[in-house]
Amino acid sequence: MLSFCSDFELGMTITEKILAYSSHKSQVSPGDVIFSKIDKVMLHDVSGPGVIKILHEWEKKGKKIEKIWDPDRVWISEDHFVPSSDRISAENIRILTEWAQRYGIKKHFKYGLGQYGICHTLSHEEGLILPGEVYVGGDSHTNTTGALGAFAAGLGHTDIAYVLTHGKIWFKVPEALMFKITGKKPDYIMAKDIILRIIGDIGTDGANYKTMQFSGNAISDLSIEERLTLTNMTTEAGAKNGIIDPDEKTEQYLRERTKNAFKPLYTDSDATFSETFTYEIESMEPTIAKPFSPENITVARELQNVEIDKAYIGSCTGAKLEDLRMAAKILKGHKVKVRTEILPAAQSIYMKAIREGLVEIFMESGAVIGPPTCGACCGAHMGVLSKDEICISTTNRNFPGRMGHVESKTYLASPIVVAASAISGKITDPRDQVISS
Amino acid sequence: MKILKGNVHKYAKDNIDTDVIIPGPYLKIHDFKELAKHALEGLDPQFPSKVNQGDFILAGKNFGCGSSREHAPIALHEVGITAILSPSFARIFYRNAVDGGYLLPIEIDEKIISEIDDSDTLEINLETNTIFNITKNKTYLIKPFPELISKIVECGGLINFNPE
Repeated sequence: MLSFCSDFELGMTITEKILAYSSHKSQVSPGDVIFSKIDKVMLHDVSGPGVIKILHEWEKKGKKIEKIWDPDRVWISEDHFVPSSDRISAENIRILTEWAQRYGIKKHFKYGLGQYGICHTLSHEEGLILPGEVYVGGDSHTNTTGALGAFAAGLGHTDIAYVLTHGKIWFKVPEALMFKITGKKPDYIMAKDIILRIIGDIGTDGANYKTMQFSGNAISDLSIEERLTLTNMTTEAGAKNGIIDPDEKTEQYLRERTKNAFKPLYTDSDATFSETFTYEIESMEPTIAKPFSPENITVARELQNVEIDKAYIGSCTGAKLEDLRMAAKILKGHKVKVRTEILPAAQSIYMKAIREGLVEIFMESGAVIGPPTCGACCGAHMGVLSKDEICISTTNRNFPGRMGHVESKTYLASPIVVAASAISGKITDPRDQVISS
Repeated sequence: MKILKGNVHKYAKDNIDTDVIIPGPYLKIHDFKELAKHALEGLDPQFPSKVNQGDFILAGKNFGCGSSREHAPIALHEVGITAILSPSFARIFYRNAVDGGYLLPIEIDEKIISEIDDSDTLEINLETNTIFNITKNKTYLIKPFPELISKIVECGGLINFNPE
């Protein structure tokens, strides 16, 4: 499929190569404006009805939309307002379902009908997106899937509507930042600590319009799910995309999930990065983003007297199978002291968690297990915070009102920090967890 | 569309995110007029009652960061805002504002923020790339749109835009 990739001139990053290929160019450079051919596009139950509304507006203005560009390249997830929180969200699911049927979209992961879950989790769990592809989704955390070596970026309703009618969209080729992580990962450090530390260093606009690429032996050592946590939160630094060169782990992960062929692209050794940041993973600490910004970081031990009302383990960034396994290691044999909610990110992960005995550990600890949904992460439903409530969460944002009342507070942390904090009722570094039941 | 005139609503803080522009519970709403009632609710619940058609928002850097929700520029557009003046914009908000034809993301020098007060009347001129502050009789420069953005703005959004 990428037979002419050897014709690329040297000196491109993986992102530049994917964008060059998708726009039929032999070379692109940061700043070039291109129109990229899209390989896959995703809509969910918030962006989907929004896109449908835009398409209706276009029709009212005289644009004929009898079919969409390629129904087999479109997939749909029901995740934000499932289970339906009220009549409006139920209506949105109906609108989305009828629209998908009318335009012949078959990959529709429906709540209550087999596999479903958070879109960014399904993208990798189902092997929907492959290395070398251009993938856009109607959600800012679409960046997540770049960990598989794809160009993955979030877009709004109008842009997705344009993709659905034209099969392409404009991009300005981003300049790239390289984050090189080296050393042997201590067992109390997770990918969440790495990315929070980076966002703390560069700020929530530190990678605005840019690519965040990760490399180094500590990245090679990370599992695919942990790599996905890194790319997920590149969105929080404003990045256009987050990406990691694929390797054997990527290949194996996808082989277990899809029969579809792919040909990965890789960064050239002489590719240009506008800046390179180097981190020694041994020197990293369990890290927390305090309210009200993911850049507002400190180490967990600085906050050990902060009492919490709720511990939340959920979302595209914090409820993958490995996140649940790590949380279960901490929670095993302990009781939680505060309200603790654990929502696996997809039905398939929920099932694996049951088979591995994780759900039993969680329930024995006193936590409640819920169905996959984005609900509480975006303060919409299924466990929102009241005024003045304090939550420690594995999610990715803590803006004012993000998880509920505008005067509630969310601290962002890794699954093991959240689990340790659930047991003690206050923010806890897992190294300081008192082992008693 | 080349010259816009309106009054300023000043929120000088940085990183005004889409969660405060239109909070999560309203994401299920796709009626534009209904969204307008909640524009900027997370920052200033009185905002919709203060805005007149054609007004501007003046804000700190990284305006519109966070979620890709197009509800954000839609709500601001429907309430009457035609341009946001900020030293920088989050990328998806910028795209949504321009590609949807809702409002203009105008990039300004950070120093200008302190020179413009709440309620000042401004005239934004896209031909000369200047802002004239009628209240203070002062002129500021704005960063011109890149060529592609300029073309999309002229078309009123992607709907009428033909890349060829």
